Amino acid sequence: MGMTMTQKILAAHAGLSEVKAGQLIEAQLDLVLGNDITTPVAIREMGKLKKQEVFDKDKIALVMDHFIPNKDIKSAENCKCVREFACRQEITNYFDVGEMGIEHALLPEKGLTVAGDCIIGADSHTCTYGALGAFSTGVGSTDMAAGMATGKAWFKVPSAIRFNLVGKPSKWVSGKDVILHIIGMIGVDGALYKSMEFTGEGVANLSMDDRFTIANMAIEAGGKNGIFPVDEKAKAYMAEHSSRPYTVYEADPDAEYDAEYTIDLSALKSTVAFPHLPENTRTFDEIPGGMEIDQVVIGSCTNGRMDDLRAAAEILKGRKVKKGLRCIVIPGTQKIYMDAMEEGLLKTFIEAGAVVSTPTCGPCLGGYMGILAAGERCVSTTNRNFVGRMGHVDSEVYLASPAVAAASAVTGRISQPSELGL
Amino acid sequence: MQAKGRVFKYGDNVDTDVIIPARYLAIADPKELAEHCMEDIDKEFVHKVQPGDIMVANKNFGCGSSREHAPLVIKVSGVSCVIAETFARIFYRNAINIGLPIIECPEAAKDIQDGDEVEVDFDSGIIYNRTTGKQYQGQAFPEFMQKIIKAEGLINYINEQ
Repeated sequence: MGMTMTQKILAAHAGLSEVKAGQLIEAQLDLVLGNDITTPVAIREMGKLKKQEVFDKDKIALVMDHFIPNKDIKSAENCKCVREFACRQEITNYFDVGEMGIEHALLPEKGLTVAGDCIIGADSHTCTYGALGAFSTGVGSTDMAAGMATGKAWFKVPSAIRFNLVGKPSKWVSGKDVILHIIGMIGVDGALYKSMEFTGEGVANLSMDDRFTIANMAIEAGGKNGIFPVDEKAKAYMAEHSSRPYTVYEADPDAEYDAEYTIDLSALKSTVAFPHLPENTRTFDEIPGGMEIDQVVIGSCTNGRMDDLRAAAEILKGRKVKKGLRCIVIPGTQKIYMDAMEEGLLKTFIEAGAVVSTPTCGPCLGGYMGILAAGERCVSTTNRNFVGRMGHVDSEVYLASPAVAAASAVTGRISQPSELGL
Repeated sequence: MQAKGRVFKYGDNVDTDVIIPARYLAIADPKELAEHCMEDIDKEFVHKVQPGDIMVANKNFGCGSSREHAPLVIKVSGVSCVIAETFARIFYRNAINIGLPIIECPEAAKDIQDGDEVEVDFDSGIIYNRTTGKQYQGQAFPEFMQKIIKAEGLINYINEQ
């Protein structure tokens, strides 16, 4: 029986010629990732191990991104703990204020994740790197501790769901709409314990930034990982960003899938996930008019990349954020910040009345930089709209693309670009 | 290994943001962190929970973030076991890795009600509802995971290797 793309990567990293769904394996890791929330717990757990040194100082990435620049004394102490650990262990890829970015925007940009890699990260959105044809999955801090010390992790080999993408998305339809559509279709546990393998001629019509967004939200369907084939666009991205050698794996023609779906990208519309689950998706023909909002957030590991900022700026150019509404734009990395500045996007945002922040996860998880009060409503390009996710338990988050978020910032209501004549 | 206690019952898709909201994640002390366990959906939980109590929920328990703080605050609150129809995969891993017993059993998850007195035997996977007298067969762990659970977590398991 053939193997899926994910199964092939896992087999290679377990030193096996073949693996089957459900099999428990131990795999060698190419990268172990942690952030300022999860790494302090991992350091504490690693302190209980007999082995106190990391397995490879070049294969660990520590990114301070959730609550930094530090929002309070406790978050400062957490970062200090990680900073001292990174120094003591001589971690090569430690990213602090001035160098950091939101981890899942930063690591591919720095060339630390490439096709064929086996990666764990103590952050649920680690599945992002599947856009480059890597196996990458989120774990907890104890797995991170064990991974840092041993360079290995245990996995149950996942079965897979195949999404055959066809067609080309229309102007304002982005990767965010693709993944929200899929989550709405299969539910927040629709891919529980499984790989989400994206294939088909439609993949070529998605930019790398779109693919990062799609793979990023595989976890919101319960997926173990999301993964894309390695095509010319992916190879060009890696050539531009990385000097590391990569390996291209392809699913066998006779690989088995638990389910297969065909998604016609040309038929997709702008999609919004209503509170309080990412599966509560609606297109604009199902959204009541006049749903007033208080805040817009454009950023995060899901949608803080150049394509996202360009789409938002194209809409905000020459327009104004609705009086009384807060529009917060957060570029994903220092490089994206700089590129957006040089392209004039930041000027567009500021002239429109938005604020532009240094990279941070901040408001996405209700940390800081845009917390909601009771009864407030936010259209956000982030990834979760759980109860209390962005602040008060009685606030509401509506997940959408950067285009919808920007259009909503102008009208003060949940809106799509066509409402502005675009 | 057995668990015995009173049930706190929750629904589908209990996410890690309601188990422990991110606004508390900078807190390092597990006991202080546990004071906020479940507070966004059940303010009474931390006041009512007794050592040994059992949490029961429906599908996809622990979905969302990878924060290990979520199984940790449940464990530190005194909960002896979580029974659910299904668990989100990162939560499942984390619970095993930190030594919080969990068990998948759709029938038990559906039937058992808030306040019921329940017993769980981890070796056999049998769940017994003392309130209703009904018994259920939960899914047993594969041998590899049992070894981690018996070692009370991944760190001890690695140290024993």
